[in-house]
Amino acid sequence: MSIKNEILKIEHLHKAFGENVILKDFDLSVKSGEVIVIIGPSGCGKSTLLRCINGLEDIQSGKIYVDEQPVIQGSKDLYEIRQKIGMVFQSYDLFPHMTVLQNITLAPMKVQKRKKEKVEKEAIELLSRVGLADKKDSFPRQLSGGQKQRVAIVRALCMHPEIMLFDEVTAALDPEMVHEVLQTMLELAQSGKTMLIVTHEMSFARAIADRILFLDEGELIEEAPPEEFFTSPKTDRAKKFLQTFEYSKK
Amino acid sequence: MNWNVIREYLPLYIEALGLTVKIGWLGIILSIALGLVCALILYFKVPLLQVIIKIYIELFRNTPLLVQLFFLYFGLPKLGIRITAQTCGILGLTLIGGSYMTETFRSGLSAIDSIQSESALSLGMKKHQVFFYVILPQAISISIPGFMANIIFLLKETSVFSAISLMDLMFTAKDLIGLEYKTIEALFLLVVFYLIMLLPVSLLGTYIERRVRYAAYGD
Ligand SMILES: Nc1ncnc2c1ncn2[C@@H]1O[C@H](COP(=O)(O)OP(=O)(O)OP(=O)(O)O)[C@@H](O)[C@H]1O
Ligand SMILES: [Mg+2]
Repeated sequence: MSIKNEILKIEHLHKAFGENVILKDFDLSVKSGEVIVIIGPSGCGKSTLLRCINGLEDIQSGKIYVDEQPVIQGSKDLYEIRQKIGMVFQSYDLFPHMTVLQNITLAPMKVQKRKKEKVEKEAIELLSRVGLADKKDSFPRQLSGGQKQRVAIVRALCMHPEIMLFDEVTAALDPEMVHEVLQTMLELAQSGKTMLIVTHEMSFARAIADRILFLDEGELIEEAPPEEFFTSPKTDRAKKFLQTFEYSKK
Repeated sequence: MNWNVIREYLPLYIEALGLTVKIGWLGIILSIALGLVCALILYFKVPLLQVIIKIYIELFRNTPLLVQLFFLYFGLPKLGIRITAQTCGILGLTLIGGSYMTETFRSGLSAIDSIQSESALSLGMKKHQVFFYVILPQAISISIPGFMANIIFLLKETSVFSAISLMDLMFTAKDLIGLEYKTIEALFLLVVFYLIMLLPVSLLGTYIERRVRYAAYGD
């Protein structure tokens, strides 16, 4: 029973770039509807972890299962598994030669062979949920950074993924645009979407997460519910990391 | 300058322009096709073929068209292959043009950020879908200004065709100077006709470049 609603399972994941070990013996289990936030210092392997999950990086050893299907580089199933994973990147990744609507409908039509009218209808519905229905015929260059990221979220959602991965999607945004994107993600979490989020926005992490994972140098150092993690972190490394977000006059 | 002379020779130049334009555009269209094919082979790193293409590009980009034409026109018959001067001109232009077009298109392809193909892959697209829907259209629009520059370069290069006795503009002018001593008129017509051939292309190129840049993405 519990195995059925386990969307993502990672066992003993080991990932290195040449000599440089990035992830060491990493384990993770994510159940349907859970919202997990991964935090940790720059370069600790957060992006690499997300990229391994949808098979953009090969792994040295260990197992990754999405909806019970193993993620294996070069396997034919990879294309099918990727449809179950929605990913939004830090850098803007909309297709610049297509309108917002074309960006969203391309994969559902070409990959899932869904009907154009139905996909477009759904796309416009999703766009209006994030307040961007009037931008459907705009090109990405005509949008602000925050609007681009919300379109990227809609593009991923339109594939009906089982799990959404977010890699610091607000890191490149001007401060006043961060809020609208995080708000969209909060609403998504409330609607019951399974999410794995990498972020440096601590108050957002605290508000959205069911569990916080703290990573350092490729290892899972601490795992706790947000209140516990932010008020009384168990490890010194987590304490030190959290201090870097606090300011005080000397 | 004698306008009667000019009026007299105008038909000769018009005929020569027709020939130059015909050979020029056939060569250009074929060189774009050749360039696209070669660039795709390089992009997909097709074994063996990519090595051959790299050698071809270096060979043709680093020798003058005149030398290449001599090889084709005087060399091929020695190997038992007969070709007309026109075919030779078209072939020469296609080969040198192909090498330039390949380079332009190859750099257009490599200018596309890897995040583009990664986000397409993460949506579940197959590799060929990523290429045709996402990479190719962007690479072509990036390459258009380069293509236009190559086209103008190739049209100018047609001036060496007279060396293999094709009756192009240059040939006609040389004839008039050599046989009739109408140097001023011959040169005047030569410049005017090259401008007639090249200016519209040049203006079109500037226009397209502006369009492409306007349509370019970025923040
Ligand atoms: N393609 C690559 N080849 C070699 N090393 C890489 C590659 N990609 C990432 N790395 C290295 O792996 C380590 C982890 O990188 P990663 O991007 O996963 O960190 P991160 O936790 O996402 O950091 P940030 O918070 O800055 O985004 C870094 O030391 C980085 O230099
Ligand atoms: Mg990162």
